[in-house]
Amino acid sequence: MNALKQILGGNTRQFGMIFALVFLVVFFQIMTGGLTLTPDNVINLFNGNAYVLILAIGMVLVIIAGHIDLSVGSVAAFVGIVVALTMRDWHLPWYVGILMGLVLGALIGAWQGFWVAYVGIPAFIVTLAGMLLFRGANQAVGHSNTIPVGADFQYIGAGYLPEIGPNTGYNNLTLLIGVIVVVAIIIGELRARKAKAELGGEISPVWVTVAKLVLICAVVLYATYLFATGRPGTSFPIPGIILGVLVLFYGFVSSRTVVGRHVYAVGGNRHAAELSGVQSKKVNFLVIMNMSILAGLAGMIFVARSNASGPFDGTGWELDAIAAVFIGGAAVSGGVGTVVGSVIGGLVMAVLNNGLQLLGAGADQTQIIKGLVLLAAVAFDVFNKSQGKPSFIGLLTRGKGKAASPEVTADVVPNSTSETISHSA
Amino acid sequence: MVPTSAVILEMNSITKEFPGVKALSEVSLQVKANEIHAICGENGAGKSTLMKVLSGVYPYGTYTGDIVYQGNICQFKDIRASEAAGIVIIHQELALIPELSIMENIFLGNEPTRFGVINWREARRRTIELLARVGLADDPDTPVKEIGVGKQQLVEIAKALNKSVKLLILDEPTAALNESDSAHLLDLIRGLKSKGISSIMISHKLNEIEAVADAITIIRDGKTVETLDVAADGVDEDRIIKGMVGRTLESRFPDHTPTIGEVFFEVKNWTVAHPQIADRLVCKGSNFNVRRGEIVGFAGLMGAGRTELARSVFGRSYGKYLSGQIIKDGKEVQLRTVSQAINAGLGYVTEDRKTLGLNLLDDIKATTVSAALKKITHNMVINDDEEYNVAEDYRKQLRTKAPNVDEGVGKLSGGNQQKVVLAKWMFTDPDLLILDEPTRGIDVGAKYEIYGIIQKLADAGKGVIVISSELPELLGLSDRIYTIFEGAITGVLNKDEASQESLMKLMTAAKKSA
Repeated sequence: MNALKQILGGNTRQFGMIFALVFLVVFFQIMTGGLTLTPDNVINLFNGNAYVLILAIGMVLVIIAGHIDLSVGSVAAFVGIVVALTMRDWHLPWYVGILMGLVLGALIGAWQGFWVAYVGIPAFIVTLAGMLLFRGANQAVGHSNTIPVGADFQYIGAGYLPEIGPNTGYNNLTLLIGVIVVVAIIIGELRARKAKAELGGEISPVWVTVAKLVLICAVVLYATYLFATGRPGTSFPIPGIILGVLVLFYGFVSSRTVVGRHVYAVGGNRHAAELSGVQSKKVNFLVIMNMSILAGLAGMIFVARSNASGPFDGTGWELDAIAAVFIGGAAVSGGVGTVVGSVIGGLVMAVLNNGLQLLGAGADQTQIIKGLVLLAAVAFDVFNKSQGKPSFIGLLTRGKGKAASPEVTADVVPNSTSETISHSA
Repeated sequence: MVPTSAVILEMNSITKEFPGVKALSEVSLQVKANEIHAICGENGAGKSTLMKVLSGVYPYGTYTGDIVYQGNICQFKDIRASEAAGIVIIHQELALIPELSIMENIFLGNEPTRFGVINWREARRRTIELLARVGLADDPDTPVKEIGVGKQQLVEIAKALNKSVKLLILDEPTAALNESDSAHLLDLIRGLKSKGISSIMISHKLNEIEAVADAITIIRDGKTVETLDVAADGVDEDRIIKGMVGRTLESRFPDHTPTIGEVFFEVKNWTVAHPQIADRLVCKGSNFNVRRGEIVGFAGLMGAGRTELARSVFGRSYGKYLSGQIIKDGKEVQLRTVSQAINAGLGYVTEDRKTLGLNLLDDIKATTVSAALKKITHNMVINDDEEYNVAEDYRKQLRTKAPNVDEGVGKLSGGNQQKVVLAKWMFTDPDLLILDEPTRGIDVGAKYEIYGIIQKLADAGKGVIVISSELPELLGLSDRIYTIFEGAITGVLNKDEASQESLMKLMTAAKKSA
């Protein structure tokens, strides 16, 4: 277990999540008799969840900064319908529609960010108001009708990489992307190793690095194989590409730029951040605004995938996104969380959903299990804290003496579903 | 009626330890009936800890020694138990709920009930009675947030009276009060004495103690120094100060010969109001300056306005700026935000590391660069390697004890946390570094190292301001010391003319003040 931990890197919670994800995939693969890891199902999984994962990227930043956004579903629906309507009535080309959707998302975000950052109303309230407001606006603008969108716009939600080059029996572009990812991972790992050695840091043994690379590359290549061998006409889905680009971009921004650092600083200790010269109002404004831009994007992708925008698009999305973020290791009190972790958290939820559906579980059972998983993931964190290990959820009680007493948390922790998560991590 | 000489409370050989610190060691205290007993000591001497032991905040078993109260050994397991015995503590920060009315506050946790339902008629009747006893004429239904601090203090006392108090403990009761309110409160305490209620009072205002106390116990470094009988011993303020500071200065400071240059930083007529209460001034026309290579101390009791002054100068990060100028290198500068202050070459190490100074979730390297991210950012990207190197350099230079710079700052000891904070500000390369209580909660060895770092900064031609509650620290470290009392600068002493006594006088604005 320790070696495994070393291979997958230091972060316990993230390690736990990756492990849980792999476990779930293998579990469902066996239970469904091989139906989980089929090209169609994997493509479906990505297509059907890309919008939630995109929301999770924005949501994790909001939560790191110490806020929450309940309005994302309504904002997504409102942007979706406005884009669908204007493209239909004003005959706008698809790219103008997308651009307009993003600008509209930014405007909505600026509105909400203004109230949160500059007036000082808690984001919970502002976005609860936004949830009602933009749901109503969606239905007012669309007269509660469903508005179809054109085929070219549908590409961003339901499209695939085109077939180009010689006929290899596989989708060439998908293969190319897979190879590029593998090469990038290997180069990145080796460079990190070299840099660490130069700085005199502690470097892991060679076998660990090799094992880690083999493992990750195997997973990537297998996924590439699955995506490249789907039904004719399918391949790596476009929403997957958008998601990938966003993960890279936001992962980078959050860890390697000044504004990213400031988001963590404001969420971790706002006073300390301000006394270090961080303009916390600006940071809060940007984070909230960014969330609405991504909500707009998610809304458009959903509309494109379902070929039309409807009055009930996006209901409950905020909860899926928030759940993904917390499963992915963020803390309610802010300051903690990662973009990658949240996407993994979202994937855990997605695989659960998908696997249970394949097993023929009803929506009722699926919801119950998802609820328990969310609770267990956070309970694990609290439990860890009571064992004296670093935990961040415990910081909720920050400044009020001791964290939750061990007896209380011990009761909540492991039952059947949480077992996998708590143990692996 | 108890005879006046009877001892109502005896605390014998109380020892209380916190992990790694002995807060109280063999402290004894004797309070007679019908007496106002003052406890004096510097900040951190252990006064509040002693009172928390007495009132059951630290329950029986967490300390050693005996509490004998009215002839019985008491083992209070919580505040309720001590209150049941008639010992009531009124904390420095008032424990009233602002949104509730005077009456609701007085009966909070002690509501008169009939068949489980609160009997408000009874409560009102008793409230009116209690308010009359403390001399408060307000309506019992007035929300507490609408009355001033002085009246709130009276409500606290009414609340204590309602619990049939026999021994009242007041922790800095007049700290937040103006003069007339203070006088009224002290009169009330005297009045209670004549009605058989003894009081223990902790206060920094020595003139008040001299005026009101019958006996004084002085505590220093967690030990009882002496108990004085005010009337018999002819105690005055000088006598109390002597007891409070009577320690000899050991060589707790690295040797240092300052090289002091010209004045480069000057603050003139600095006036700032409280952030919420517009008519309360926290800085009253303060003037001070700092020379290159100089370590300037700021002495003042807690709440005197030292931090408020420092933070308002540091990019107006506290209070409402009213007037005043900041002149740096001969030019007036406008420092409206913290970033402007940092860019102008100021740094401020906060008093309270954990709530104001550090993001405890961060690691050492991220903290070290957090106030000067621009310096390691190229083309909008933070350079990880540089970050690591910078942090590692400072870790070695300041000898921060941590396995590596990836360690979370939350896991470090106080002294090492402070070194990381110092590294963070040193990396901004400030001309003037303000250090607010730089050694609070830090053990002696680490203090010595931090003094060394401060002196090195001064030797590099920087100006350093040190705010501290520990006078020996200021005397050992500073080249010049300003004293602050109630938001105003009351004096400035050069190193050779400053002593604990002279500073204490200026800090308490004693009658014979210079």
